[in-house]
Amino acid sequence: MLLSFLALTAIAITRMGDLFAVVMLSGIYSLLSASLFLDLDAVDVAFTEASVGAGISTLLFLATLKLVPRYEKKSRYKPALALGVVIVTGALLIYGTLDMPHFGDADAPVHQHVAPRYLNDSINEVGLPNVVTSVLASYRGYDTLGEVVVVFAAGIGVMSLLMVSQRTKARALTKVPADMQHQIILRIVAKMMLPLILIFALYVQFHGDYGPGGGFQAGVIFAAGIILYTMLFGLSLTQSVIKPVFVEMLTAFGVLLYSGVGIVCMILGGNYLDYDVLSHDPVHGQHLGILLIELGVGITVAAVMITLFFKFTWRTVKHKYNQ
Amino acid sequence: MNIIGLYNYWIVVVLMLIGFYIVIAHENLIKKLVGLTIFQTSVFFLYISMGKVAGATAPILDENYQIYSNPLPHVLILTAIVVGIATTALGLALVVRIYEAYGSIEENDIQVQDTHDRLECQLEAYGRQKPPTLFDQETN
Amino acid sequence: MDILLDILSWILLISGSFFTFTGAVGLFRFPDFFSRTHAASVTDTLGAGLILIGLMLQAGWGLVLAKLLLILVFSLLASTTACHAMAKAALKSGLKPLTYSDQENSAEETTSKH
Repeated sequence: MLLSFLALTAIAITRMGDLFAVVMLSGIYSLLSASLFLDLDAVDVAFTEASVGAGISTLLFLATLKLVPRYEKKSRYKPALALGVVIVTGALLIYGTLDMPHFGDADAPVHQHVAPRYLNDSINEVGLPNVVTSVLASYRGYDTLGEVVVVFAAGIGVMSLLMVSQRTKARALTKVPADMQHQIILRIVAKMMLPLILIFALYVQFHGDYGPGGGFQAGVIFAAGIILYTMLFGLSLTQSVIKPVFVEMLTAFGVLLYSGVGIVCMILGGNYLDYDVLSHDPVHGQHLGILLIELGVGITVAAVMITLFFKFTWRTVKHKYNQ
Repeated sequence: MNIIGLYNYWIVVVLMLIGFYIVIAHENLIKKLVGLTIFQTSVFFLYISMGKVAGATAPILDENYQIYSNPLPHVLILTAIVVGIATTALGLALVVRIYEAYGSIEENDIQVQDTHDRLECQLEAYGRQKPPTLFDQETN
Repeated sequence: MDILLDILSWILLISGSFFTFTGAVGLFRFPDFFSRTHAASVTDTLGAGLILIGLMLQAGWGLVLAKLLLILVFSLLASTTACHAMAKAALKSGLKPLTYSDQENSAEETTSKH
């Protein structure tokens, strides 16, 4: 049922010419898919999709739309060829699904390999109730390190693509009007919500071992709080609260914290990212290690997201007020 | 049972195709990126649907439950979502730069401009040093 | 006592669903942006609020109750503010609310065309 909704939303996205509506619809699409993930028992994934897909992703698309034209040009081609390619691929894929194990089948090959070990032994080896967190941070710690490095690299890529010089910033800032000054209701409600959002982010960060949550989600929620503040109180005020250079340094600090934990493990005589040696008791060591690397993940993700938003906003300011 | 058992995968295929279609048939770069994210989400659904076990609960250990869904796909997809947004942001930054350079985010316009520039460059190069074509040599 | 709570909570849940439904109908049937926003905000506040209160009665004392209460407070704050922001943005970008005289004019136009 929900899946059909999703397909309908996706079809609506293809038909729209107004990119603003397309972006809003893709936000709705993300929210729908988050509720679907929840239905499929993937609470952590649903959490991430709701905060990333429906929150930050929509925001970044909107920030881009401020810089590029809003309407799509009508295509001059008949898309018959594309449609043909798509239908043929689809037919092949559907043919491929006929061999798949049925949905919800407990005997499917996916559930035979490592999953039983994670589910049965992780409580003794890692000692955390949330298996997703223990797999993410401990069993597959290398993977997660790789992902964090990718996020970091993407952040650096955007920074170098959308650089705005200090001189331009200073000159543009003198001309920027205080945009949201008259939005009293918005500002007051935001002031009320902001501390709660930030506390919630910290809760998600440190409660991720026991319930759904963790560094990725917490980082994104924290960034969303800061971005809300930026939108309502202006770029210059936010940047006097949080120095952009500081945020940029934090992106690297998170990755360093993560890999540093691995190196400390090696110095203490274990393997890279083997947290057992961090404390006298292996389970305590695992707790400490997971806490630290989740913190590293959270710091990097939050700092990268905040930096992305700053960069896009500076670009807009530059184009608007720097002729 | 057969049809219901595979319904999830079919919708995944449909979503994937919609994303694919947007990417190849539309010329607007932003729309292409939205198509890519739809494509991406369809892959997420494929993984998560495979991880689901009938009658199971979320993989957070508790004494009251016995069957849990497979946590491994959840881990893979969780990180994939965050990496996905990071790469999408990189794509958006590229779109912004392309718009600044070409004044358009339609693929067709960009290609026309590119071809035009290339031809102009070639003409300019030929104009400075006369191209020794076969025709010229014969007339001289 | 339990049965009383159950009945009360079901009444709340059903009326909440009813308001959500009317909100959805209003979103489709109302003529202009502002009245549609009004319908949508009914879904957010009255519909979701009643459903949440109904769920609270089902939950009993505990952590779940506190969480539901927080969700209620947040959704009331956030959705009303979002509605306000949307309506203000629409007004600022030049969209005028449909008034009675507008409707009469358009009605006259359509009749004169016939």
